[in-house]
Amino acid sequence: MSEVIKKFLYVNRKAPYGTIYAQEALEVVLIGAAFDQDVSLAFLDDGVFQLTKGQDTKETGLKNFSPTFRALGDYEVTKLYVEQESLDERGLTLDDLQDIQYEDEDDDYAEKPSIIVVSRARMGEVMADQDVILSF
Amino acid sequence: MATLHTVNKSPFQNQTLISCLGHAKAGDSVLLIEDGVYGAMSGNAMSEVVAGMGANVKLFVLGADMKARGIDAARMAGGFTSVDYEGFVDMAASCDRVQNWL
Repeated sequence: MSEVIKKFLYVNRKAPYGTIYAQEALEVVLIGAAFDQDVSLAFLDDGVFQLTKGQDTKETGLKNFSPTFRALGDYEVTKLYVEQESLDERGLTLDDLQDIQYEDEDDDYAEKPSIIVVSRARMGEVMADQDVILSF
Repeated sequence: MATLHTVNKSPFQNQTLISCLGHAKAGDSVLLIEDGVYGAMSGNAMSEVVAGMGANVKLFVLGADMKARGIDAARMAGGFTSVDYEGFVDMAASCDRVQNWL
């Protein structure tokens, strides 16, 4: 495996079920997690809708992939940046989102939140700090 | 330090260009390609928004995609620089990262 660890950011800007982008992004993140890189996810614009709790796709016949976000911590994907302005514009708060946690192996496996709410300005800085950006 | 942002959607179709300009850092380059080139036209409902939000970044447009859509160079908004495919490659090679706004 490559010894150079790069910072990868997966940018999610689309709502979950209208197109396949969101589900495909999650698939790519899970595959990419095998490569031991420094992975972060960004959720902005309609992408914040991907993280809402209570998604129930039964009547549509579509796969509800939202529980997968809660498994990301097991793949050492522990930084989910969510944009405050995007939440505000859509009338959402952190309470509307799933409680996504990871176990911090450096802190006696304490459970810690994976979601990091950031301003639009801070999101721009997070993007500018990456080696590779993959958009969905 | 700098990022090359590409946008390939019309600003009249969705908010992608606005979101890009809202996140780009001063000194970054924003290149409009494919249907994104409609965002480089002067004299339309988006022109002032693009000029205002794009004041701190370098604005480029892919000339071939403008020509393909019949947009005369005279309709290109001030502040935009037209580049060809080679210029696009040079920009991608010289920046630190490329962010494609889909």
